[in-house]
Amino acid sequence: MTAAAPPVTPPVTPRVGLFATCLVDLYRPSVGFAAASLLEQAGCEVFVPRAQVCCGQPAYNAGDRANAAAIARQTINLFEGFDYIVAPSGSCAGMLRRHYPDLLSDDPQYATRAQSVADKTWELIVFLTDVRGWTDIDASWPASVTYHDACSGLRELGVKNQPRQLLEKVEGLELRELEAADVCCGFGGTFCIKYPEVSGAMVDNKVDEIVATGAATVLSGDLGCLMNIAGRLSRRGEAVEARHMAEILAGPAIGPAIGRTADSDGGKA
Amino acid sequence: MAHQISLDFSKNAARAQADTDLQSALAKLQRDTRLARSIITGRLPEFEDLRDRAVAIKDHTLANLDHYLETFEANVTDAGGHVHWCNDAGGARETILQICRDSDAKIVGKGKSMVSEEIALNDYLIAHGLEVVETDLGEYILQLRGETPSHVVMPAIHLKKEQIAETFRDHHTTLDPDRPLDVPRDMTEEARAKLREKFLAADVGITGANMLIAETGSIVVVTNEGNGDLTQTLPRVHIVIAAIEKVVPRVEDALSILRILARSATGQEITCYTTFATGPKRPDDLDGPEEFHLILLDNGRTKLLEGAFRDVLRCIRCGACQSACPVYGAVGGHAYGGVYGGPIGAVLTPALDGIDKAWPLPEASSFCGNCEAVCPMRIPLPGLMRRWRDIAHNEKLNKAGARRGLALWAWAARRPALYRLGARIALRLLKTFGGRRGYLRRVPLAGGWTTARDLPAPEGGTFIDLWQKENLGKTQGNTTGKTGS
Ligand code: SF4
Repeated sequence: MTAAAPPVTPPVTPRVGLFATCLVDLYRPSVGFAAASLLEQAGCEVFVPRAQVCCGQPAYNAGDRANAAAIARQTINLFEGFDYIVAPSGSCAGMLRRHYPDLLSDDPQYATRAQSVADKTWELIVFLTDVRGWTDIDASWPASVTYHDACSGLRELGVKNQPRQLLEKVEGLELRELEAADVCCGFGGTFCIKYPEVSGAMVDNKVDEIVATGAATVLSGDLGCLMNIAGRLSRRGEAVEARHMAEILAGPAIGPAIGRTADSDGGKA
Repeated sequence: MAHQISLDFSKNAARAQADTDLQSALAKLQRDTRLARSIITGRLPEFEDLRDRAVAIKDHTLANLDHYLETFEANVTDAGGHVHWCNDAGGARETILQICRDSDAKIVGKGKSMVSEEIALNDYLIAHGLEVVETDLGEYILQLRGETPSHVVMPAIHLKKEQIAETFRDHHTTLDPDRPLDVPRDMTEEARAKLREKFLAADVGITGANMLIAETGSIVVVTNEGNGDLTQTLPRVHIVIAAIEKVVPRVEDALSILRILARSATGQEITCYTTFATGPKRPDDLDGPEEFHLILLDNGRTKLLEGAFRDVLRCIRCGACQSACPVYGAVGGHAYGGVYGGPIGAVLTPALDGIDKAWPLPEASSFCGNCEAVCPMRIPLPGLMRRWRDIAHNEKLNKAGARRGLALWAWAARRPALYRLGARIALRLLKTFGGRRGYLRRVPLAGGWTTARDLPAPEGGTFIDLWQKENLGKTQGNTTGKTGS
């Protein structure tokens, strides 16, 4: 495995700040626990700063740069002391990695700190493969899955082969590719609320393709996309379940799929 | 269909989504585009290098734009042509009308030109007594239907072939009403026959230009139908209308850009016709126009050159960003209002028409980034849309409700302890709506979400709280000690 940008002397047990993301915090703590477990399996010491909130993307993408910058400074204060910052989301990791430096480029106190935070921020799966050198994984999931490439991870961070490479190694798992895995699901943060019909058409296309694969579960690396997809699956009454990548990889304690309850239909199809 | 306005994007989109003909045309475009793209990029390993080279050419030209425009002008003049510098749409229209009048023109043949759409040239010339005939097949169809282009290189992509056949039957009334018009070929031949008459009768030909070459004073026009050549060589007078950012320094620069243009636009390696033309007919030339006029249009470009939107001037109007955009794919080009739809429209229309008249366009993007990924000129389209959002936010143009919601959220997000409390309250509230079921169908204040989808119920408890319960002590693990409450 190639490590994309390893520190000169990688710490033996790196201290990793887990940026859980606001959606995981609020909606699906199990993804946070799965991420932490994977990081520990990868030999990291995991910390979860309690004052973490959100990466600031809602403000940044709404044109509210002042609030976005304030939230970015907050995140930097909180996380800059770790060896790495890891998020179970390409979108939020992308915000720290690609956009904090731009957002704070005019701030003399924060410009270089933003860059240093950017340089050590990783999306979870890429961190495992490209930084920690994982090529194999000890997990099993005896069912068919399909995988949606979440846009920010894919196009801002190049998350594409890494998750597939690990999924291939999951015992019993059969990956059925979508016809257009890299087309947006229509989430787009507040876009899906501001333009619900357009977003609805986009997620409908995505759901059509997911159903067409016949897979029992759809996986992705971003909870926003997954909630969008799961919500549409549910509205259409489809049986396909939605789960975050980390849940499958971390095993074995797996709870109900997104939006499912233990008594509704929790198990694997 | 009446021209739609950008401020009504949501309404326009809803209408577009209800239009089943449009929807099937758009679905086909998206399928074809995906396929074509995978083929071209697969066949040309150096595609990425070519993109870099094209970007470098344009950036260099834009940094020295005055120099190259003046060189271009000098070389056009040397070749016997005339260059007319026009600041805005009005000036360009008047100049063109005057040239037509000076040559006693009655019939004007027109090649496809997005810039002529920008200045609404056809309506103006027609209002002043000229007959204007679009000679590009797509544009010709649109002219018959009274519509505007919905895509920069495939102007009639929003139409199905049955609709086009119907338009031809309605307008070509001298032909046998029972003639077959089932396959595109029938329609192409019919249009060709109709247009031939016009090519021969036209006094003036107006075309756009894909590029202007400074070192030779040449224009480059690419088409797939050859109509551009007939439009520029048959009439007595050839008028070219081009915006100032079309200039490139040398012939070899034009060739570099040509290598990515057709590939990005239609998935072709090269278009059927690529024509380089310089000035009017020389004494021993066999054909060509007697007069050659070049309208160099600014229309807001120099303003873009100075500011944050400069990168958009690299655009070569290939339309790749439109074909690849899922929002464009859901609503088509007309819903954007303005002249340009899709991502390039979301960046350019606010510049051309004013952000106060177009703020919904840059908002109508999920920022999936596919436009930037396919743009041969590597224009950071989402980033530029975000710039417009910054401006719209500062000028308070967007919806008050959305602004209030954001302000409240940001206020809490800047106060972690309070945010934590708010998160707990929100979860408790959601629980009361959700009951034991895993999905919520209706949630107060989340109407936009639940229009199209259910809201997955939260698992229960916030991650931070749960983690702290399980890992007391570890939450203090940051070096600054600022761990919030
Ligand atoms: S912005 Fe890029 S992709 Fe879109 S039309 Fe211009 S050059 Fe083509």
